[in-house]
Amino acid sequence: MKKNKSILKTITTSREISLLVVLVLLCAAITIKSPSFMTYKSIIDMLRNNTVTMIMAVGMLGILLIGGIDISVASSLALSGMTAGMLMKYGVVKNVFLIFLIAMAIGGLCGLINGLVISRGKVLPIIATMGAMYVYRGLAYLVANNEWVSAEDLGTFSSFALDKFWGINYVIWVLIGVYALFFVMMKWTRLGRKVYAVGSNKEAASISGINISNVELFVYVMMGILAGICGTIAVSVYSSAQPNMLYGKEMDIIAACVIGGVSMSGGRGSVAGALLGGLVLAAIAKALPLVGIEAIAQNTVKGVIILVVIILNVITQRTIDRNNLKEREI
Amino acid sequence: MKKKMVGMLLCAAMVVSLIAGCGNSGADKEGSKAEDVKKADDSGKKVYALVTKSAGNPFMDIIAGGFTDVIEAAGGEVIVRHPEAATADAQVSVIQSLISQGVDSITVSANDQNALQAALEEAMDAGIKISGLDSATNADSRQVFVNQASDAEIGKTLMEAIYDIAGGEGQWAILSATSQATNQNAWIAAMQEAMKDDKYSKLELTEIAYGDDEPQKSTDQTQALLSKYPDLKVICSPTTVGINAAAKVLQDDHSSVKLTGLGLPSELAEYMGDGDDKSCPYMYLWNPIELGQLGGYTAMALVNGEITGAEGESFKAGDLGDYEIIKAKDGGTEVVLGPLFKFDSSNINEWKDVF
Repeated sequence: MKKNKSILKTITTSREISLLVVLVLLCAAITIKSPSFMTYKSIIDMLRNNTVTMIMAVGMLGILLIGGIDISVASSLALSGMTAGMLMKYGVVKNVFLIFLIAMAIGGLCGLINGLVISRGKVLPIIATMGAMYVYRGLAYLVANNEWVSAEDLGTFSSFALDKFWGINYVIWVLIGVYALFFVMMKWTRLGRKVYAVGSNKEAASISGINISNVELFVYVMMGILAGICGTIAVSVYSSAQPNMLYGKEMDIIAACVIGGVSMSGGRGSVAGALLGGLVLAAIAKALPLVGIEAIAQNTVKGVIILVVIILNVITQRTIDRNNLKEREI
Repeated sequence: MKKKMVGMLLCAAMVVSLIAGCGNSGADKEGSKAEDVKKADDSGKKVYALVTKSAGNPFMDIIAGGFTDVIEAAGGEVIVRHPEAATADAQVSVIQSLISQGVDSITVSANDQNALQAALEEAMDAGIKISGLDSATNADSRQVFVNQASDAEIGKTLMEAIYDIAGGEGQWAILSATSQATNQNAWIAAMQEAMKDDKYSKLELTEIAYGDDEPQKSTDQTQALLSKYPDLKVICSPTTVGINAAAKVLQDDHSSVKLTGLGLPSELAEYMGDGDDKSCPYMYLWNPIELGQLGGYTAMALVNGEITGAEGESFKAGDLGDYEIIKAKDGGTEVVLGPLFKFDSSNINEWKDVF
C-alpha cells in the first residue's frame, strides 16, 4: 500500500518534470539563437505580457478537469475590462482595488450565468459558452458605445502594471498569488479534491455524496472571476481598453492547458501543468519574433512547436502508464 | 424536476434582465437619428444630403460637422442621415427616402462597395448628384469620390517623418497590422517606393514586423525589435493598435527609439511630446473636419454644374484651395484631400478630445 502511494506520487510529479525539461530545452535553444532572451528584463516583459493567458489557464484547468469547456472567457474578459475602463475614463471609480472588485463581480456574474445554464439547464458546455461568447462580446461593444479608453483616460491606473513591490511587478504578484491559491486549493482542500473526483468519475462522485452541479457551478464562477481580474490587468498592461480586446484568445488559453498535460476529457491535469503550459506558450510568443523567423511563417512554426510539445508529453505519459502497470505486474 | 425548472427559469430571467439593462444606451442613440432631418421644402435652397456609416460614430460626427458648416455658410441646406446600423441595407433605405424627398445631392460614406449601386443609380437617374467620401462605393455608383489621402502621399509623408526623426541616417523598422491587410501593404509599398530616393539612402529598413492589430502580439514584436536591433532609431507603425502598443513599450522602457506613423490623437496623447520621456514626437492622420468640408464643397460644385465628376476638371474648395479631379485606382474619379494632418505636442491637446 505504501509503495503504491509513492509510485502514484512519482507519476503525478514526473509528468510535470518532463514538461519542465522540454521548457528548459526550448529556452536554451532560444537563448543560443538570441542571447537577449535570458535576461531579467526580457523574462519580466514576457511574464507581464502573458499574465492574462496564464491566469486564465488555471481557471480553464478547473473547467477541463470536470470535462467541461468555456470558450466565452475572452468575451467575459473584454466585458469586465471594458466596463472597468469606462468607469475610470468617466471618473466614476478611481480606487484600483474597487475597480478590481467590480470587474471580478462582472466576470463572476458571466461565469455564474454559464454555470447555471450548464449545471442546472444541462446544456452542453461548448454550446452554452459559445452563445455566451457572442452575448458578452456584444455587451462589451454596448458598454464601449463607440468609444475607446486610452492611456490618458486611465491616468495613474497604468502604473499598476509598471510599479514594483520587492523588485517585482504588481501584475506578476497577482499571477503568483493566483497560482499559489489554486495550487493549495486544488491539492489540499475538499473543494479542490471534489473537482478531481467529479472529473475522473462522475457516477462514483455522485454516489459518494458530492453535489455535482454545485461543483460545476463553482468552476465556471471561478473562471469568470479570473476573467474579471484579467480584464482589469489587460487594461492596465496595455493602457487601453477596446471592446475587441483579446479577441480569439480562448484558444491560446485552452492550448496552454493541453500543453500542460490537462486532459480535455476531464479528471487529469494539475496547476503546475497549467503553469508550465502557459510558460511554454509565453516563451514561444516571445521567441518567434526574436530568433528571426520570417513574419508570415511565425504562426506555422508556433503550431508545429505546440504539436511537438504535446506529442512529447503524450509519449511521456504512455511510458509512465506502461511502467506503472509493469511494476504492478499487470 | 421542479427544481430544474426553477433553475432554468432563473437562468432565463438573468439573461433577459442583462439584455434589457443594456438596451437603454442603444435606444438613446437612435433618438438622435431623426433630429437632423429637416424637410426638403421648396424655399429655393439647394438641399445636400450626407449619409454616414452609422449612428454614434465619433469620427463620422466630425465629418458631418465639416460638411454642414461649409454648405450652410454658402446658403445651402443640409440633411445628415445616420443609418440605424452600419450595414449597406440600412443605407439603401435611407437613400431611397432621400430620393423621394427630392434632394439635390447625396454624399455617402459607403458601408459596402457594391451593395449601394442600385439605389445610387436610381438617384442619379432622378438627377441627384452622387459623391462619396471616407469610404468609396464602386466607380459606377458615383460621380466622384473624396479620398482622404493617396497611398503615395502617405508613403512620402511617413518616409519624410522617419528621415527627420532619425536625423537622416540609421536603422528603422515597420510595425504593421496583419501581413494581408490591403491598406497597410499599399502604404508600406508606397514607403518602399519613396525610399528609392537618394535622400533616404542612409536609412536602413531592418524589418517589417506584424502585430496583427493585437496589443499582446504587437508588444512582443516591439520588444523583439528593440532587442534584435540595438541601434534602431525609429519605429513606424501605420496602424492604430500597433502604434499604441509600440508607444507604450518604448515609453515604459525609457527607450531612445522614437515612434511615428498613423494613429488616433486621443489614443496617443499620453505618449506624444518632444522630450525624452515621451515616445512619439509626432504622427499623422487625415483631418476629418477638412474631409467633411471638402465633401461639402465637392457636392456644391456638382450641383451648381461647376464639375461633372470627369477627370481633369478642377474647382475651388473655399479656404482649402483648388482641387483637381483625378483618376482613381478603381477606374472612377476622385479628389484627394491632400497632405496628411500632423499631430504633435503643439496641437495634441485640442485634438485628443475630438477623436
